[in-house]
Amino acid sequence: MSRLAERLAAGRFVVTAEVTTPVGADSAPLRRRLELYRGLVDAVNVTDNPSARVHMASWAGAIAVREANCEPVLQLTCRDRNRLALQSDVLGVAAFGVENVLCLTGDHPVRGDHPQALPVYDLDSLQELAMLRGLRDEGRLAGGGKVEPPPRLFLGAVENPFAAPQELRAWRLEKKVRAGAQFIQTQVVYDVAGLASFLEAVRRRDLQVPILAGVCPPKSARMLRYLAEKVPGIVVPPALLERMEKAADPRAEGIAVGAQIIRAVRQLEGVRGVHLSIVGWEEELPRVLEAAGLR
Amino acid sequence: MIVAQAKPFPELAQMLQDARRVLVAGCGGCVAVCQAGGEQEARILAEAIRLWAGEQGRPMEARAVVVPRQCEPEWAQSLGPAMDEADVVVSLGCGVGVGFLAEVRPGMRVLPGLNTSFGGGTVSPGVFEERCRMCGDCVLGRTGGICPVARCAKNLWNGPCGGSADGRCEVDPQVSCAWHQIAQRLTARGETGFLEEIAPPKDWSTAGDGGPRRIVREDLAS
Repeated sequence: MSRLAERLAAGRFVVTAEVTTPVGADSAPLRRRLELYRGLVDAVNVTDNPSARVHMASWAGAIAVREANCEPVLQLTCRDRNRLALQSDVLGVAAFGVENVLCLTGDHPVRGDHPQALPVYDLDSLQELAMLRGLRDEGRLAGGGKVEPPPRLFLGAVENPFAAPQELRAWRLEKKVRAGAQFIQTQVVYDVAGLASFLEAVRRRDLQVPILAGVCPPKSARMLRYLAEKVPGIVVPPALLERMEKAADPRAEGIAVGAQIIRAVRQLEGVRGVHLSIVGWEEELPRVLEAAGLR
Repeated sequence: MIVAQAKPFPELAQMLQDARRVLVAGCGGCVAVCQAGGEQEARILAEAIRLWAGEQGRPMEARAVVVPRQCEPEWAQSLGPAMDEADVVVSLGCGVGVGFLAEVRPGMRVLPGLNTSFGGGTVSPGVFEERCRMCGDCVLGRTGGICPVARCAKNLWNGPCGGSADGRCEVDPQVSCAWHQIAQRLTARGETGFLEEIAPPKDWSTAGDGGPRRIVREDLAS
């Protein structure tokens, strides 16, 4: 059983953090970032060509995380792989002890660094979840063939609580759980009230799945504005933007904002942990966790 | 219909550098309806080729002809004698027409004058939109008449992606999110069954990904 699964089962409030693999053929920068995370987080998500931009393979990053004695969450998008590649990648990482797999549809290439690319999307993220569940529970490939031994997997999915209409999101979350999702990581939360109302919609559907709220401490007002304007589905309350703009020390303010959001989401029923994106200033992770009362 | 649009003239001109006698073959089918490759467009293109060649200082013959449908072997064959008079043919048919004309005279260069774009129709004057990807396994009966293959940029089967918001597509906010529309329409009809089920992976082997597709109708084959 994965450590993430164990800790969630034990009722612990878990912390996961994100690493982006390098754009280069050396894993040293990744290993340096992992040094900063070791012992502070329960698991490390390894992103998969984020924003449809080429990076070192997430499976290679996940194995590097294992080698660094951290627990990886492999992000695996349907954008770049058909059902053959999704299954073979999962069998490959499972052979190296990677158990947590986060199933994603993936940002469209048109917004990335190879807009001319042929997007795959053979499956969607729900079909990916259901397929990987079959691989694990029935020892069967999607095509019917036998898998010996089947991989041990703890399957996750994402949801964006802020992409209106919310009811459609709660409905899709329910389908993801039915398809096999055992934990959920959300889009970055700045609008805590918005998350609370999403969680209410989730509770109305009687879903027991552990939800880890996405938290991204803003490094600057500029970064926050970029997220608000350029990333679909991120909602930034104007008051927060103003607070960052007026801050004398934006980094310190960003850490305070991150910690404040963590403390707030922790109070919400259904939130069983946080997922931190602190890409580009990973060295501040201990301060954020400390300010949030988590370490 | 098959919707097509004219190739940029410089691209076509590049392919015509060595031509002396050009036959511009229009088609009276879909491409005439979308005003890309019918009789009028064929005449205009022939004229443009003559003017361009004249400006280059080496005059070219360019003649326009049109058949009702280039995708009918008989009509394509009927162009054979006119093709013999030319050294290059520009087909203003869709890709099917270009291919059929090339089969009529395999030794001749048959160039595409259009970019064949999609299965679609006119939504307002001068605006054409895709409606069908011709995947060979129609699901419109279950999706409220809105196609998740042709109209969702990610071919999703189980609801909108996390990048769509307020009913707009992640790829282009000018475009409506197909899944938002499907969910709205089916909910309004009270047909939520398909929305609740987890749609299994699509069989893409009917979608052209299993090689060129062929239909044999025993009832029609003699």
